[in-house]
Amino acid sequence: MSVFHLKIVTADGEFFDGEAERVLVRTIDGDVCILAKHIPYLTALGMGECRVTGSDGETRRAACMGGMLSVMDNDVNLIATTFEWAEDIDVSRAERARQRAEALLQRHLHERDLELAQAKLKRALTRIQVGK
Amino acid sequence: MGASMKEIKLRIKSVQSTRQITKAMELVASSKIRRARERIERTEPYFNALYDTMSRIAYGKRDFSSPFIEPREQIKKVCYVIIAGDRGLAGGYNSNIMKLVESHIKEHGHPACAVPVGKKAAEYCQRTGMEILTDQYKLVESVAIGDCMEASYFLTNEFRKGAFDALYIVYTNFVSMLTQRPCAMQVLPVTYTKEAAKDDLTDMVLYEPSPEAVFDAVVPEYVSGIFYGALCQSYASEQAARRAAMDSASKNADDMIEDLSLKYNRARQGAITQEITEIVAGAEH
Repeated sequence: MSVFHLKIVTADGEFFDGEAERVLVRTIDGDVCILAKHIPYLTALGMGECRVTGSDGETRRAACMGGMLSVMDNDVNLIATTFEWAEDIDVSRAERARQRAEALLQRHLHERDLELAQAKLKRALTRIQVGK
Repeated sequence: MGASMKEIKLRIKSVQSTRQITKAMELVASSKIRRARERIERTEPYFNALYDTMSRIAYGKRDFSSPFIEPREQIKKVCYVIIAGDRGLAGGYNSNIMKLVESHIKEHGHPACAVPVGKKAAEYCQRTGMEILTDQYKLVESVAIGDCMEASYFLTNEFRKGAFDALYIVYTNFVSMLTQRPCAMQVLPVTYTKEAAKDDLTDMVLYEPSPEAVFDAVVPEYVSGIFYGALCQSYASEQAARRAAMDSASKNADDMIEDLSLKYNRARQGAITQEITEIVAGAEH
């Protein structure tokens, strides 16, 4: 299968730089899967699971939140706010974060705080789902 | 002679204690630099990818217009994010930034407002009576990536509302341990340099779900990334500038101590000679 160059970066460093067969991410509009020779493309990322199939055909899973995905001349850049490979996720920590967020949501919050708490919960749930 | 000997001795002592402080500050800065450089190395790929992508988009063909890309016809106000240090004693680090801001404002001649980052920047804005949008980020050392995100949402919102028509980040670029260059970078509207967008894009870029939605989500991310990158660069520059300043201060102190010890010894020798002369003169009579 033909491959393309994929680069995954966040502010914490580089997570992937090499050939890949396909990459599947959750955008703000739903899941998309990029294969080689895609047309120039740009989208914003939501929160969800990301699957990267390397040139060796092996698929790795990760939790990917926020950022953007761009495709230019068979070069794919995934610039995420946070990105964690499934094996690096601390599920018990995410579980605790989920409980905290849920406890926060029980109370009556202002609009801004409510948004923040919901985002926290969503992040924790994504982590738990990917990490398990 | 006795009095001047005592004076010199006191001077030496005071210079020595100053030297101890400058030496300690130099060591602290050296160890902080190491961490700051590691952080730059870690964030560099992110920073570059972000900048390249946005440059290409700004440069490429478009069939839509976005307030974040099109330069505004009339610039009524410019916003500067000024990143300086929390403390002084870093050579020209803080004053170079202020000088650059001043010359930039003068050159472009637009009314300015500011978001100071770092205590020295906040003090500068207050002193010159510049309009301050927010002084939430007074302490540069405690600004984390989450704060960058928050600041960036705030700034992009203000930009869209029309509170200002251009956004610059003024920071110090960490070129090497010995050179740090202050620079002003235009962030909004998104610009491009020819090198960053060297290959002509003949194809249109597909935006999903829509260009507007993508830009609304991506631009704050971009601003926050640039902000964080500039912050990392500035922090490393501050430590490098402080290290260099403290290094030369310690060297100066060494020179002074050497000079003063020579004077002290001379004075001591003079006193001894005088005493001997007095004794000999007394014995002869």
